[in-house]
Amino acid sequence: MTEPQDTTPPQAGVQRINRGEAFLDVRDLKVHFPTDDGVVKSVDGLSFKLERGKTLGIVGESGSGKSVTSLSIMGLHPPGVARISGEIFLDGQDLVTSSREEVRLLRGKRMAMIFQDPLSAMHPFYTVGKQIIEAYRVHNQVSKQVARKHAIEMLDRVGIPQPDRRVDAYPHQFSGGMRQRAMIAMALSCDPDLLIADEPTTALDVTVQAQILDLIRDLQREFNSAVVIITHDLGVVAELADDIQVMYAGRAVEYSTAEDIFDRPQHPYTWGLLGSMPRIDRERSERLIPIKGTPPSLINVPDGCAFNPRCNYAHLNGGASETDRPELLDTGDGHMVACHLSPKERQKAWETDIKPKL
Amino acid sequence: MRWNRITTATAVSAAVALSLVACGGPKASSGGSGGGADATKAAYDAASGKIFNPSDKKGGTLRMAITEKWDSTDPGDTYYGLSWNLARNYVRPLMVFKSAPGAEGGKVVPDLAEAAGVPTDDAKTWTYKIRKGVKFEDGTEVTSKDVKYAVARSLDKNTLTQGPTYFNDFLLDVPKNYSVFKDPSMSQIAKAIETPDPNTIVFHLNKSFAGFDYFAQLPSTAPVPQAKDTGTKYQLHPISTGPYKFESNDPNKGFTLVRNDQYDPSTDPESGRKALPDKITVAYNVNGADIDNRLQAGDLDVDIAGTGVLAETQAKILANPDLKAHADNVLSTRLNFTVFNTQVKPLDNLDCRKAVLYAADHEGYQRAYGGPVGGDIATNLMPPSVAGAQKFDDYGFEQDKNGNVDKAKQSLEACGMPKGFSMNIAYRADRPKEKAVAESLQQSLSRVGIKLTPKPYPTGDYTKLYAGKPDYAKANGLGMIVYSWGADWPDGFGFLSQIVDSRVIRPAGGNTNLGVRIPEVDQLVDKALSTTDETARNQVWVDVDKKVMEQAAVLPGIWAKGLLYRPDTLANVFSNDGQNMYDYAGIGLAQK
Amino acid sequence: MFAYLVRRVIGAVILLFIVTAVTFSIFFLVPKLGGATADDLASRYVGKSAGVEQIHNTAVKLGFTDPLYKQYGRFVKGLVVGADYDYGAGIERCPAPCFGYSFLTQQPVWPDLVSRIPVTASLAGGAAFIWLITGVGTGVISALRRGSVLDRSLMSVALAGVSLPIFFTGLLSLSIFSYGLGWTQQGGVNPLDETNPFWWAYDLLLPWVTLAFLYAAAYARLTRAGMLETLNEDYVRTARAKGLTERTVVIKHGLRSALTPILTIFGLDLGLLMGGAILTETTFSLPGIGQYAIIALRANDLPKVLGVTLVAAFFIVLANLVVDLLYAVVDPRVRIS
Repeated sequence: MTEPQDTTPPQAGVQRINRGEAFLDVRDLKVHFPTDDGVVKSVDGLSFKLERGKTLGIVGESGSGKSVTSLSIMGLHPPGVARISGEIFLDGQDLVTSSREEVRLLRGKRMAMIFQDPLSAMHPFYTVGKQIIEAYRVHNQVSKQVARKHAIEMLDRVGIPQPDRRVDAYPHQFSGGMRQRAMIAMALSCDPDLLIADEPTTALDVTVQAQILDLIRDLQREFNSAVVIITHDLGVVAELADDIQVMYAGRAVEYSTAEDIFDRPQHPYTWGLLGSMPRIDRERSERLIPIKGTPPSLINVPDGCAFNPRCNYAHLNGGASETDRPELLDTGDGHMVACHLSPKERQKAWETDIKPKL
Repeated sequence: MRWNRITTATAVSAAVALSLVACGGPKASSGGSGGGADATKAAYDAASGKIFNPSDKKGGTLRMAITEKWDSTDPGDTYYGLSWNLARNYVRPLMVFKSAPGAEGGKVVPDLAEAAGVPTDDAKTWTYKIRKGVKFEDGTEVTSKDVKYAVARSLDKNTLTQGPTYFNDFLLDVPKNYSVFKDPSMSQIAKAIETPDPNTIVFHLNKSFAGFDYFAQLPSTAPVPQAKDTGTKYQLHPISTGPYKFESNDPNKGFTLVRNDQYDPSTDPESGRKALPDKITVAYNVNGADIDNRLQAGDLDVDIAGTGVLAETQAKILANPDLKAHADNVLSTRLNFTVFNTQVKPLDNLDCRKAVLYAADHEGYQRAYGGPVGGDIATNLMPPSVAGAQKFDDYGFEQDKNGNVDKAKQSLEACGMPKGFSMNIAYRADRPKEKAVAESLQQSLSRVGIKLTPKPYPTGDYTKLYAGKPDYAKANGLGMIVYSWGADWPDGFGFLSQIVDSRVIRPAGGNTNLGVRIPEVDQLVDKALSTTDETARNQVWVDVDKKVMEQAAVLPGIWAKGLLYRPDTLANVFSNDGQNMYDYAGIGLAQK
Repeated sequence: MFAYLVRRVIGAVILLFIVTAVTFSIFFLVPKLGGATADDLASRYVGKSAGVEQIHNTAVKLGFTDPLYKQYGRFVKGLVVGADYDYGAGIERCPAPCFGYSFLTQQPVWPDLVSRIPVTASLAGGAAFIWLITGVGTGVISALRRGSVLDRSLMSVALAGVSLPIFFTGLLSLSIFSYGLGWTQQGGVNPLDETNPFWWAYDLLLPWVTLAFLYAAAYARLTRAGMLETLNEDYVRTARAKGLTERTVVIKHGLRSALTPILTIFGLDLGLLMGGAILTETTFSLPGIGQYAIIALRANDLPKVLGVTLVAAFFIVLANLVVDLLYAVVDPRVRIS
């Protein structure tokens, strides 16, 4: 299923979100968890698209719903626990309505995921090679020897030295960076078209982070896979992402190209994220600007705009922030924002308050 | 949470339901054929002193079990009554208790010997003639030398430690620490035992003993071939002279007896042995409750101990008419009593002792042992099953079943303690019945001002270190001592001598006479020992009994009885005065 | 690795010697503190009418009149080189390891003790097999169906199994299946006497199930808790992310980790049980090590007590050693490189 081509001619200097062939198409995804205390609305109406060869960065604080989103795509929520509505199209197939078995067959083969902590994410009792072989043989009917050769190849591909020896090592025998590489090797062993990386560098040293991100980018180019990077660290997505979606309280608040987000952020929350991020490429003018307040409860999401209790500009909307939920709307050039502020107000705030301080 | 309670309730009711099913007990199979003689229909006490389901039919395997282990299967090294009972199946002593019901079974008849022993020299010499044609299981003929050897080896108490010491005590000039293994020619005991010819044996004693036939029925007189004696290992396979021999024997697990083809019944006309089962199996260390249940379920034929079922089983049996019809309340030659230690004041005074006899609640004493099923109220010492025993009631126990307070008070006045006195009463700590006795006496005696303080002592060392050690007992004021005594055999000597003769009291402890010191009694005992005429002798023992009671040296409690269970699998089953349980030489299996 | 093993074995041997020394001391010193003499001790092992002389001779024969260290030395010597025993009609050689002769039955301790090991091993082994399968299986099912009625019923039954004492469940099962329905007969039957393995198992069935019930219940709860914990681990999520079937995920990834602590506990439980499943053996009258321990203790028969204590200690020490080694095999993180 493809979207009709956007016929609006591109304006110069403005990148737009390419709404062409979407490999991954998420529409109005809602993931609710009924608990004794109430319904936890982890994801509450999320939509985005991603093509092959492109990278989407999903950014947000803990509790914003970014991990839940990725688990929903992969179908990793235990049955009966989550109430999932909406549509998730993977190369035209709706994963939400597909059977669990169908989704299982896709996992590892067409979509793969790597996790934050490679030490806990790999089984400590099996060698790395065994785990990669296992991943491979689930989807490919080959002998153990062939699979082992493939595993060694994959380890080599991700840059692990002496792969024929390291293939028989246990996860705890690797250093942090090597371990993450091994996990990437495992995830990519079946050549998936979609790779979801959930906080892939959070547990690693800063120096190693860059290597891993480089690796992901190289592999993406090689396999032409779609990549989703989930992180709370804007620095990570600055490197890799083509598009960035900022999430807050289970909803998308801003969605545009990476350049747009960094150069022309529109949402007060995004401003807050950028302001609280230390940057080397700008002069240090003032102190970091933290976002006041704390993330909201996902059971009792604030009425209206979920960000309104922490927003410095909510008062400018004549009460709409407290009552009406803002829709994610196109501001005209493909840059989508969910905010009640009028474009004028936003421009003013950006120019006067935020930009000088960044 | 609500459902949790439901689940728990379900689980509990399920458990209760299960236990009700279990406690309902197995269906006892209907006893006997209809329209047969009374002796085949199951009824309470049908086998007490009479034969239930008489039978001559051979066959089957008699399955027996015991909660502990045997003391020894070596006939020269065993003391348990049950062992002596069963041993008659594989050995033949000179004399033997007749295998017959009731009082008949209390008689000692010739077995290996042709006739009863002939006393000479004032009952200091005893001569027996040995039957011809009796063979060991390996076919060799038994001679008098084999009997001499059997007795000789049993004298070695350093090697064979468990058996009785009567021969050590009575045979003439037996050297100290005699061991036949160091004296294979038996020259050192040449004066004690003579074998003038292969069929004659003569015993020489160091003092007169008129009841020697009772010694002659001890399994230690059963012949043992010297060449096959393996000392402490002999118990693994004693060489049989009886109708059965050992097929297997594990001293820690049990044994199996099978028919001895060398046994010739024509050489055994008087003993009454029937040898009905083809096989006898004995299992050791079987759980007591298991035994009782298996008897009822028909998986087991005999509880060898023969002392009766467990207390809880007893209650169940008496309450259920069907089960009760399978029970026998068998009289034992056992007296449960309380001894007065005359070394502790004021029990050195006859009237004070009489006061206790009058004040005691005899029904209470009986209740402590389980009521009438536990035994009959004893009015004197010797139980009715002792040969020649006479029952007399000098203190009126039968009329005053709960004691006579007036007479007690009168006696207290007479002994100078009108207000009563305090006294310690000792009992064995792990015997709840003895504890109940102490408590019952405490209650009944308090009516006349006698305050008893019960003092429990460990059973294992009761006679060796505490109540049975004169110094300790005196120092701790143990004036009354709860005890129980079963005879080695049912005659006056077997029953009374160990508990009333003051000369058997040892200062070192380990006594069975815990306090009776009456010179006249000692004299009477000596007289009984040398009176060869049986009737006259028995009368002397009655006189001893009377004297002891006259001196109020002892408070008799009850003559014990046991409640045995008789499964339908048994035939020809009876109890008698000799064994005080089912007779294992006559018992058989009901054939279908 | 070899050095480690050697150290452990030496440590075990020392421990076993300490165990015997302590047992020895308790047996002799405690009565001494209570004022008992050597003769008093010996009086337990003679017949009813034994005289003072006989008791004293027995005391000498059994060595009670010797000082403690000498008696213990004799015992150790017997263990190491063997001993000679005078059985009256001759001298018998008791080869090493000689555990002495029973004070009461005058028979050598070792052969009887050894003959009982297979009985206890049969009991423990069979029950272990049953409880491992049923317990772990139940635990896995419960964990997978967590919160369901099935889970809660199974855990309630498990609670009952853990709480009910063996002599209760044993007697209950006996009264229903043995006395009531007549399906099995015990009463002193030695299952090792059966030549046909079917009957061997038949004799042991009721004790197996009774013993296994207790342990299965405990293991079910353990497994369930372990599984719940493991199934929450990240690597289980990764396994699913790879597209493995749920069954592979649960068993190969989940159960494999959850089993590790269970296997170590199992090894220890089995070792303890080999020391004598006393309650079960007594209830079902099985002639094993446990029953032997009771017999020995009741009779105050020191050689038997020593023998049984050593055997039990040996199995426990062995189990500990095996478990430690096994852990290194199972969990690669623990291995000493």
